[in-house]
Amino acid sequence: MEQSFINELKTIVGEQYTLTDRESLAVYGYDSTPELESRPGVVLLPGSPPEVARIMALCHGAGISVTPRGSGTNLSGGSLSGGGVVVQTSRMNRIVEVDEENLTATVEPGVITSALHREVEGRGLFYPPDPGSMNISTMGGNVAENSGGLRGLKYGVTADYVMGLTTVLADGELLRTGGKAVKDVAGYSLNPLLVSSEGTLGFFTAITVKLIPKPRAKITMLAHFPELNQAALAVSAIIAAKVIPATLEFLDKVTIKCVEDYSHVGLPLDVDAVLLIEVDGHPAVVAEEAASVEEICKRHRCSFFQTAKDADEALKLATARRTALSALARLKPTTILEDATVPRSCIAPMLQVIQETARKYNLTIGTFGHAGDGNLHPTCLTDERDKDEIARAHAAFDEIFDAAIAMGGTITGEHGVGLAKKRYLPRLVGESGIKVMRGIKNAFDPKGILNPGKVF
Amino acid sequence: MDYVKLINCMRCGMCLPACPTYKETFLETASPRGRVALIRKLQEGELDQSERLLEYLSLCLDCQACASACPCGVNAGELVAEFTCERKGGEGLSFMEELILRRLLPHPDRLEAALAPMRLYQRTGLQKLVRKLGVMKLFPEPLERMEGLLPNLPARPLRQTIAEVTPARGEERGTVAFFLGCVMSLVFSEASRATVRLLSELGYRVVTPRNQVCCGAPNMLSGDLAGLKEAVRTNVAVFGGIEADFIVTDCGGCGAELKHYGHHLEGDPEAAAFSAKVRDISQVLALHREELRAKLKPLPVTVTYHDPCHIAHCQGIRREPRDLLRLIPGVEYRELEAADACCGSAGTYNIAKPEMADRILTRKIATIRATGAELLVTGNPGCLLQLRKGLAEQLPGVGIVHVTELLARSLDGAA
Ligand SMILES: Cc1cc2nc3c(=O)[nH]c(=O)nc-3n(C[C@H](O)[C@H](O)[C@H](O)COP(=O)(O)OP(=O)(O)OC[C@H]3O[C@@H](n4cnc5c(N)ncnc54)[C@H](O)[C@@H]3O)c2cc1C
Ligand code: SF4
Ligand code: SF4
Repeated sequence: MEQSFINELKTIVGEQYTLTDRESLAVYGYDSTPELESRPGVVLLPGSPPEVARIMALCHGAGISVTPRGSGTNLSGGSLSGGGVVVQTSRMNRIVEVDEENLTATVEPGVITSALHREVEGRGLFYPPDPGSMNISTMGGNVAENSGGLRGLKYGVTADYVMGLTTVLADGELLRTGGKAVKDVAGYSLNPLLVSSEGTLGFFTAITVKLIPKPRAKITMLAHFPELNQAALAVSAIIAAKVIPATLEFLDKVTIKCVEDYSHVGLPLDVDAVLLIEVDGHPAVVAEEAASVEEICKRHRCSFFQTAKDADEALKLATARRTALSALARLKPTTILEDATVPRSCIAPMLQVIQETARKYNLTIGTFGHAGDGNLHPTCLTDERDKDEIARAHAAFDEIFDAAIAMGGTITGEHGVGLAKKRYLPRLVGESGIKVMRGIKNAFDPKGILNPGKVF
Repeated sequence: MDYVKLINCMRCGMCLPACPTYKETFLETASPRGRVALIRKLQEGELDQSERLLEYLSLCLDCQACASACPCGVNAGELVAEFTCERKGGEGLSFMEELILRRLLPHPDRLEAALAPMRLYQRTGLQKLVRKLGVMKLFPEPLERMEGLLPNLPARPLRQTIAEVTPARGEERGTVAFFLGCVMSLVFSEASRATVRLLSELGYRVVTPRNQVCCGAPNMLSGDLAGLKEAVRTNVAVFGGIEADFIVTDCGGCGAELKHYGHHLEGDPEAAAFSAKVRDISQVLALHREELRAKLKPLPVTVTYHDPCHIAHCQGIRREPRDLLRLIPGVEYRELEAADACCGSAGTYNIAKPEMADRILTRKIATIRATGAELLVTGNPGCLLQLRKGLAEQLPGVGIVHVTELLARSLDGAA
């Protein structure tokens, strides 16, 4: 990258926030995705949305690519840039407004998800999306990946809460979509298109989300299952009984052991699976739902059923679940986590496929996930130095994805396509799907400078 | 360094929000994940030992908040410390390091003598004059900062004045050996006196050997492995002769280091036995909650507690000190937000990296202000020094004491 161009960038964000040294570029060459790395040409940390607009305009003029980056926790290589400009949003971390009358919050893109939770919950309000990474991930990253969370089953995903966006387009111009009006059918729905665009259509600089009243009561439960299959069937049975828990999370034996090693919350080490279940809402309804969840679990031969005695214990259990992915990395250095998602009635067969495939390729695969919405995370524990094992892991995931697609599922429920799953996308959406997506990309970014090479 | 420890980091970023330097800078190079990556890339040959790389690594406080946060069991802070230590390897200690590590610390007498002029300086009123005239401004900044940190030193270090054996009050239940710690003995001797008194009140005979030496943590930090091992051997020998139930310290930093002795002298059963007996004072006191409760008199005061890194992250002790504060009748305990976030003291960090240390300290003081507490309690001399200075400058009116000092005040029933 030319020095004169870098100097111009410096005039926008300041010397201190323009990183060009080898060391910095090396550590901005990765995100949480295993195996992928690619060095940026320069890293910028702008302090305000207008700076982002100026950066975009300058890069557009020079034909240089821009990759937005939040905290780099995505699992699809989405924030890696090959030689271009990486723009990290962490300094733009103001909660601009909480509008209690309209039940909305407006934030800058670098706001950490859990910081928004704290702010609104202090006012009796609720922002439900809570990815496992909520203490690290940014709102910009959540919107770009359409992140789901532990409460996705009942409350939906990020897309269900985004009401308005201010987006800097590839050429530096501003696009405002949606707003605080609950109903809005003017023209094409651009909000949902921008949500899950993985940084390829525009750079979000302000995000307005919908808030709801904070549920008045919550009960957290943990059920132990000696048989994996029974746990899977219990999930379907709970939903079939028309109970929609806020959280219905699944952990298999391998995952349980790792999580317990780290968190010491008292998870059982002698069972095949546990379900972490949370029901929330009106106190009377919550009590009723908890009773029926317990009854269903017992019917499915759960060996032990525990109800968290207080908020503290509930938080401990949920927090332990959030560490599942990282805790799995205790066993082996490289964890390849996938995001295969099936209609929820297919959870039991999907788990079976995962187990069989692991056996067939002689791999250790731990599985956990948002069982309630069919979003499973089979996680292969490998060592990147063992090339043969890595190759087997990829072959196994090939089969797992094919099975998911065949069941009417998808290749990613929440992590996005990025670089990691590019090659699977055509299998899912077909040629026509790719053609339409390319057309959209062209309309937004004719020069192709926004996070190039991602998605397709 | 063990390569596997480096590749165990799966880059999930779970440690980012825990890291004080990341919170201040938002820079990946100043995050635990980034630090592990820097060392890893260095080992893989992608980066070399540039000034800048070492500078980045030196910004780490070794507070180990990242270790508490990392579900994979990676300890970025320790890896950085280990790397720095291996790199230096005890070779080429600077003149000052040589003086302090090799000539002063292993000989408490000399260390204490070295500080004597400081006491004189304080007691003759020279200090006030110097401060007023701003003479310190003429000296290099580190010295000026060091001067600003020091509270009034006690007339004589505790090591010289405490009895070798303090008998148990009432019926004797056992013996503890007391590890003094340089800074506690030199600067916070009142707190350590309180520690010994509490142990004695609870029926322990307290043995405080005079010939103990510094725990070795400063050697470790400077890469002086030979000096470290020497300190370990001396202390293991000194304490090995005492039939003690516990080896107790009221210094979080010493405690963390002493618990590592078994690791420092691998394969040495005596070092392992030594480490197994080490307890932070709060751990021992917490064993006797009910007896303490019966002895404590009311202190009407609102307090909050700062978790020293070396107690919370390195030793995993969080509940005991809080439980002890809650035992005191009349005390209103208020939890501090991010209580286990580093205060910026971190050994000599506040002298080496004053700007970052100040930013971290200021954030800490803001959380203390938010509690509205009248008194801050903590359990480590480094934190006591750093926070005392921070409070004096930014939140005068809020006092600071060691856990044992507050308990001793409550024994007396005088605030
Ligand atoms: C331990 C762990 C647990 C996780 N659990 C979950 C989970 O439960 N659910 C889930 O959905 N995900 C989960 N994830 C994945 C990840 O946390 C999410 O994808 C998250 O939304 C990424 O946020 P980020 O701020 O780190 O974004 P980054 O990783 O930095 O970026 C992600 C993408 O967003 C783009 N982007 C970032 N900011 C902007 C912006 N302002 N404008 C436009 N594009 C932008 C980037 O270009 C990139 O393509 C988990 C990850 C980890 C490591
Ligand atoms: S040090 Fe631990 S918490 Fe931090 S990124 Fe690495 S694995 Fe994750
Ligand atoms: S030891 Fe402290 S400063 Fe160093 S990386 Fe860990 S959390 Fe950050």
